[in-house]
Amino acid sequence: MSGPTRGFLGRRRERDARLPPGQYDVGADWPVLTAEPTPRISPETWSITVDGKVAEPTTWSWDEAHRLPSSEYRGAIHCVTTWSKFDTHFAGVSVDTLLEAARPTADAHFVVATSKTGYTTNLPLEDVTGGKAWIVWEFGGEPLPIEHGGPVRMLVPHLYFWKSAKWVTRLTLLTRDQPGFWEQNGYHDRGDPWREQRYQGD
Amino acid sequence: MPRSVVLRLDVADRVEHLPGQHYVVRLTADDGYRAQRSYSVASAPGDPQIELFVERLDDGEVSTYLADVVAPGDTLEVRGPIGGWFVWDGTAPALLVGGGSGVVPFLAMLRDARRHGRTDLLRIAVSSRTLVELPYAMELMDAEALIVLTREPYGDRVASRLMADELRALWEPGCTAYVCGSERFAEGASQLLVDVGVPAADIRVERFGPSGA
Repeated sequence: MSGPTRGFLGRRRERDARLPPGQYDVGADWPVLTAEPTPRISPETWSITVDGKVAEPTTWSWDEAHRLPSSEYRGAIHCVTTWSKFDTHFAGVSVDTLLEAARPTADAHFVVATSKTGYTTNLPLEDVTGGKAWIVWEFGGEPLPIEHGGPVRMLVPHLYFWKSAKWVTRLTLLTRDQPGFWEQNGYHDRGDPWREQRYQGD
Repeated sequence: MPRSVVLRLDVADRVEHLPGQHYVVRLTADDGYRAQRSYSVASAPGDPQIELFVERLDDGEVSTYLADVVAPGDTLEVRGPIGGWFVWDGTAPALLVGGGSGVVPFLAMLRDARRHGRTDLLRIAVSSRTLVELPYAMELMDAEALIVLTREPYGDRVASRLMADELRALWEPGCTAYVCGSERFAEGASQLLVDVGVPAADIRVERFGPSGA
């Protein structure tokens, strides 16, 4: 059942080509969507660990992570709740840099990102390698606000934003896919906005 | 213009929802243009229809259609039930804290509890600017919910935001707290619960963003 809805005209039609299907431009806003209370995390106690199917399980402190080669992302982010935000600017470190140090083993095919709150999200390894994913601590040249995942969050901008785990502290490499929080709760396993993979079965 | 609209839908061959879950309503224009939004289910499992509460936002593309144009007999494309986290199993004690149209999933929980004679499991606090703007106000009053109005007094209560003492009086160790409302409300209420001593792991939050338009 996907025929026209009686009497529905819809809004403006001149769609921005940067907008994936079913998304709208939220403009300067940045909505907050989290299933848990916002935690309070100080940079001094934060660390990021890469473990699981890797040759060298590695943990970086805040200072150690900041000494890694910096990397940035400029572009759009897309939330499954249908907003997209253009011209964002995040800075941090590429996930490639972390993986180069930890060295995934040949049987590593998936990754689960875990946040300080226990939130998890799963991704195929190829979605976080090749310059497609970051661990970020700056937004627009300023420290990343806590409600948006600060001090440090994951950033995987080519997928719906629930894949960009807030308050990330661990990346665990796995042989088999292991659904994360939203993925166990009816949302799509991969979440490609251009294919509108919002819910299971899309 | 109505401030809101209650839609009751016949959904053939549907999977029964759990209290707290939502449906997606998807509208398609003649040229194929589509817009979709999520709405919490207000009806209890076992209700022959699905009830959605839609707050009409003046600049809303979907809510204005649902409030102003849709008429009995129309066919809508819906998808659901969705969500497995912000749900109540009907057996565990729960504290429900809702702001504005964030009370809607709690209506499903309340109605479910009533059907099973277990309203004793639920403690409810709801916040609204004024009483007339509170969705399902009569039903919530009837359930002896704590009514918090921020712009007008209610009974002996002066107009003010939800306060920590009010939540402290409602919470008991071991119960799960559900918070639903706007970003601002959900953030404020969930932090109040943390301040009151509710373990963060016992707090489930559902935030409405502009996604509610």
